[in-house]
Amino acid sequence: MKSRLQRRSVLPGFGLTMGFTLMYLSLIVLIPLSGLVLKSATMTWPAFWSTITEDRVLASLRLSFGGALIAATVNAVFGFVVAWVLVRYRFPGRRLVDALIDLPFALPTAVSGIALTAVYAPTGWLGRPLAALGIQAAYTPLGVVIAMTFVGLPFVVRTLQPALEDLDVEIEEAAASLGAGRFQAFVRVLLPALLPSLLTGFALAFSRAVGEYGSVIFIAGTTKTEIAPLVIVTKLEQYDYAGATAVALVMLVASFGLLFGINLLQRWSRRQHA
Amino acid sequence: MASASAWMRSVTPPQGRSVATTESAAVRWLLVAVAVGFLLLFLLAPLVAVFAEAFSAGLGAFLAALVDPDALSAVCLTLLVAGIAVPLNTIFGIAAAWAIAKFNFFGKNLLVTLIDLPLAVSPVISGLIYVLLFGRSGYLGPWLAAHDIKILFAAPGIVLATMFITFPFVARELIPLMQAQGTDDEEAARGLGATGWQTFLRVTLPNIKWGVLYGIVLCNARAMGEFGAVSVVSGHIRGETNTMPLHVEILYNEYNTAAAFAVASLLAVLALVTLVLKTVLEWKSARAHARPDIATAEEVRV
Repeated sequence: MKSRLQRRSVLPGFGLTMGFTLMYLSLIVLIPLSGLVLKSATMTWPAFWSTITEDRVLASLRLSFGGALIAATVNAVFGFVVAWVLVRYRFPGRRLVDALIDLPFALPTAVSGIALTAVYAPTGWLGRPLAALGIQAAYTPLGVVIAMTFVGLPFVVRTLQPALEDLDVEIEEAAASLGAGRFQAFVRVLLPALLPSLLTGFALAFSRAVGEYGSVIFIAGTTKTEIAPLVIVTKLEQYDYAGATAVALVMLVASFGLLFGINLLQRWSRRQHA
Repeated sequence: MASASAWMRSVTPPQGRSVATTESAAVRWLLVAVAVGFLLLFLLAPLVAVFAEAFSAGLGAFLAALVDPDALSAVCLTLLVAGIAVPLNTIFGIAAAWAIAKFNFFGKNLLVTLIDLPLAVSPVISGLIYVLLFGRSGYLGPWLAAHDIKILFAAPGIVLATMFITFPFVARELIPLMQAQGTDDEEAARGLGATGWQTFLRVTLPNIKWGVLYGIVLCNARAMGEFGAVSVVSGHIRGETNTMPLHVEILYNEYNTAAAFAVASLLAVLALVTLVLKTVLEWKSARAHARPDIATAEEVRV
């Protein structure tokens, strides 16, 4: 009676829960997603190629991927400092800071978008001092990077925190007793041990930033700073379904490549901590 | 200044660390200052700005923006969408976690990856796939039009897109939790003659209740706040297919800034409540897993 694929178990409900899981997964995720792949299969290769090599599309892909790369790098650096400080030091307000890290998860993206625009606009709290320095943040690629940094921050901090907590204090003691200074111990002992988690956090932040729409479009403005998701929306509004699908397919392939890479990274970091 | 130096002295390493394995006071202080400064600029400033802008035109304008009929209908639609998407995804999350954590089967890793798939997809693409499916020139579009069923640019499309976006949230929390708990408790209950449902309700559910609530809180926050996917499938019909985030966008694009931020401040309050609940639930589940009676049960089992 038991399926060949399933280990003998005294627990009931495998058929019911597995059946429901597969049905729900297919209806909500797999069938709609395969519709996108089917739709793009109806396009000819030259039509697909000419769509994704349009100047406007290329520029938007460059901004989305380039901006995400910068934002994820900024997050890797500052996220590391934040995670380090939260795990290693005790200071007043630490718990509050720890809870605040998840704000970009919890705050709806449209709200983050208009709030960041208000702060970084030339009349805003941070936009005015920046403008005095001759830097315009809102409505420029810099604004796009700021919004992408905002949404990506929790990923780096939350992947690094458990890895930092798991680090054995003995390896640092060993490094110190062998004559390594703090900086040397950090670069030679701690950083290599944390590298898989740091890269995982970086990749997660990058992946989120590439696809981000709501928090970016307001601060990006409309003209020269178009991100790839906005191009998809614009093409949809012009009923250019094929064009929208082509751009979406490029982004989807990149996202799945990233997802695959992140899975490999996580396996690597689990092995390091095992 | 006195308080600043007191604060400097209060930055300490956790107990049990020797001098050799921590940094000098100056380095510690500098790192904390960098981290807190970065978070103040990047996270706190936008949050405070929401409330400052919301009240910039006075309390009257703030309240007027909230009781506007279009705003109220947006609130209702948002509650309706979350009210459908969150329970369905919760049931899915529990079922998927039960199948994945309590049984071994071929292709388990692939299934877990597929469940995470919506997280890797841009919100705009999540909306697009439903347009391709249900739109006028989509696969099911002509059939739906012939039978006078409206999915796209109506509430059902918004619910579906939200379900896609929030699909993994509960399952992701429960799968590792239930895997860590193993099957011993359930097997014991079955051995004592409990039925499958009794085992689930009396043994499994109490063990995972904080995890379930945690997943629901995260799922709900995203369901109520989703913008990109919903914006693609909604059609932006004022008073009909606008959720709260979409209403914020429309007001903002009409240069009705104070009203936009007034509605946005409601969503910001939702985010703050989410953060508080999340912190409380993390604390609760940490306590539940550190309970001494569980430790003794563990020893007895060994």
